[in-house]
Amino acid sequence: MKLLSYIRGEAFQRGVHPPSCKLTADTPIRRLPFAPRLVVPLSQHIGKPSRPLVRVGEEVVRGQPIAEADGWLSVPQHAPVTGVVEAIELRPSARGPWSECIVIRTYEASTQEVLWGAPQDIDAFEPQEIVLAVQRSGMVGLGGAAFPSHAKLAVPDGARVETLVVNGCECEPYLTCDHRVMVEQAADLMTGIRHAMRATGARRAIIGVEDNKPAAAEALRMALPPDAEVFVEEVPTKYPQGSEKMLITALFGIEVPSGKLPLSLGMVVNNVGTLAALGRLLPAGQGLVERVVTITGPGVARPGDYRVPLGTPISFVLDHAGAPAEARQVVLGGPMMGQSVASLEVPVTKGVSGVLVFSGKETAGREGRKTYPCIKCGECVESCPMGLNPSMLGMLAARREYDEMAGRYHLGDCFECGCCTWVCPSNIPLVQQFRVAKQILREKAAA
Amino acid sequence: MKASVEIRSAPHIKGPRSVEQIMANVVYSLVPICLFFVWQYGLSALASILVVTAACLLAERLFVGSGTQSGSLADFSATITGLLLALTLPPGFPLWMGAVAGFSAVALGKALFGGIGCNVFNPALVGRAFVQAAFPAAIASYTPSFLPGRFSEFIPSSLAWPLMMPPDTAAWLKAMQIDALSGATPLAMWKFEGMLADIGELLSGSGGHLALGPSPLLILACGAYLALRRFMDWRIPVAVLGSAGLAAGAIHLVDARYPDALFVLASGGLVLGAVYMATDMATSPVTPRGMWLYGTLIGLLTVMIRYYGGLPEGVMYAILIGNAATPLIERFTQPKPFGQDASRRARKSASYTLHPDYISREEAAAKPSGKRWRGRIKS
Repeated sequence: MKLLSYIRGEAFQRGVHPPSCKLTADTPIRRLPFAPRLVVPLSQHIGKPSRPLVRVGEEVVRGQPIAEADGWLSVPQHAPVTGVVEAIELRPSARGPWSECIVIRTYEASTQEVLWGAPQDIDAFEPQEIVLAVQRSGMVGLGGAAFPSHAKLAVPDGARVETLVVNGCECEPYLTCDHRVMVEQAADLMTGIRHAMRATGARRAIIGVEDNKPAAAEALRMALPPDAEVFVEEVPTKYPQGSEKMLITALFGIEVPSGKLPLSLGMVVNNVGTLAALGRLLPAGQGLVERVVTITGPGVARPGDYRVPLGTPISFVLDHAGAPAEARQVVLGGPMMGQSVASLEVPVTKGVSGVLVFSGKETAGREGRKTYPCIKCGECVESCPMGLNPSMLGMLAARREYDEMAGRYHLGDCFECGCCTWVCPSNIPLVQQFRVAKQILREKAAA
Repeated sequence: MKASVEIRSAPHIKGPRSVEQIMANVVYSLVPICLFFVWQYGLSALASILVVTAACLLAERLFVGSGTQSGSLADFSATITGLLLALTLPPGFPLWMGAVAGFSAVALGKALFGGIGCNVFNPALVGRAFVQAAFPAAIASYTPSFLPGRFSEFIPSSLAWPLMMPPDTAAWLKAMQIDALSGATPLAMWKFEGMLADIGELLSGSGGHLALGPSPLLILACGAYLALRRFMDWRIPVAVLGSAGLAAGAIHLVDARYPDALFVLASGGLVLGAVYMATDMATSPVTPRGMWLYGTLIGLLTVMIRYYGGLPEGVMYAILIGNAATPLIERFTQPKPFGQDASRRARKSASYTLHPDYISREEAAAKPSGKRWRGRIKS
């Protein structure tokens, strides 16, 4: 295996090959109905939470801004449904702590058309104006990070962007939302790429697609514009290729320097879902009110990719998709990096790419495994895409030597992809230990 | 969907590997080698393997049962220790001494350090070192292989009463009335009598009546199985055998009184040590560069001890010294993190190239330190 990938010229060093389990790759995107109540958190992105613009009891129209951006690293929120604001209060969030949300009761008689928003001619806009239009649309990275998109597209002074890298890897098992978007919304994606290239000043765009999605690559090739430097590149499938640094290495054979952004190499990386949504929203002058979510898992009766109104509670999503009654664990995102939710009242937010349901059978299988001490097999070292030594980090974490972890063993480079934990034969929860260590170090630094 | 949900930390799926699976595969790969050993030496070898392994399992059971350490009999690690230890002992080694070796291997080599994964030295070699110090005469007395009647009678020394010294096997051997019988190992014959054994017989382990361990070729084949299925790292055996071969070859060129590289590689326990002992996961480095260094150290030390030491065989001490050096080696061979190794910055075979004009010479000091903590995947 290893030797083969070496001969083929591997995309990036190390990484793992979990079973892909993409059950829903061939099912077209369907629309999820509106839940009776939608919960729109004011913080669905990295950065400052938005400020509410509506009051309790006010009627809102689908697509209407209901919260405004608070500063540069923040985005507005739009009403995902026509209805009435029932409350603005604390509700459980996926990460655990309760956060402020706008609760909207749906008008069931409404046609739920998006009437808000004025069409705009983006091609006549200056780059800065495009960036502001992106911010007005409330767009964040739909791949999972939920980083405000306009902040990525705004090129700081002194930096130049050569390449717009479009991330269509979708390396997480189970998830197929990006795949379906590439197949069904290739034209929207090309529009989004054109505007993003204008905004950043990039002279070319490269769409990286893993080679387990030939249908997506084919659809993109058919939609390529004749007059712009946009390329589709198939890269060998390997987890975590969806990480921007890994994708850049796969495409350019160059490593982004440790602690630096891709911008230092003249690149900006955006997810296909983000750009496809932008391609649809920007010309219409509308805001982000829904997104494509993969609802899947072993035992789900109607798995598939659904266009879900933002704010739909997970319980409604699961009922609709036919989640098994014995569901024991619900994960937002993919199985390698996703967040396990504590409450089914948590809403789908902008960063949720998948809702993954595991039943008792699968969780018991993992629970039943004994945890051994590290036997120093070195599998984690062979799998860490960042070139760290998770075995050593794990032993240091057990001894609580957090400063040593950060200093000599580069804990800060870890982006929690989970490869080390996936391969570990001793079943040690390495990534969780690293998360705890990072949190303690953050708290120490803040104190 | 009213059932309570559970919270777990990512990743929510798990790879197929487990400690039990790795250890069980090592045991499977050892089975052909043990069968070959039994075919060579008959009943005594079989009894030795069983008794030594049983002693290891008994010790493991006692210490795991005491609640001081994790691990279990079902993880097969004590079984591996027992099988390997039995293969390194002479086939006619008194069974009660074998039991002592097995027990001390697990007790001193593993349990004392805290059980599976925590040991510093290879337990099988600790056991062997213990009996080498305790019973130097018994461990040096080999018997020839493929003796007639090996499946119907024990080598007399095997059945010595506990705490009794074994009877001398020389008289018993004389009664065989076969030409060219010697209880000396090929290494001892070279070291003390200057006689070189035939290389083909050494490699196959099946020629004549040499006092040999299992065939090096068979061990290499079983090791290749493990390496291909990635239950063992291929770098360590390659480094051990490569460095030992190169060192022996160089010395042979300078001074032809020393044997050639092939003899050094095929004789004694070098192949068994390189493939099965030096690769013990817990006692070898985890870093790829460290593995090369560790293997090279063992290979060189083996040749040095064999040529210039008082003992005919040096693999055991070479590996034990390598084990002791492992933490130090690891410390100096940490992998280079992504984006920090200048030599890996650019790869020739890339699909796209970058225009140098766009690469910022000095990344503006804007906010990289804050970004480093953020676990970010996908854009």
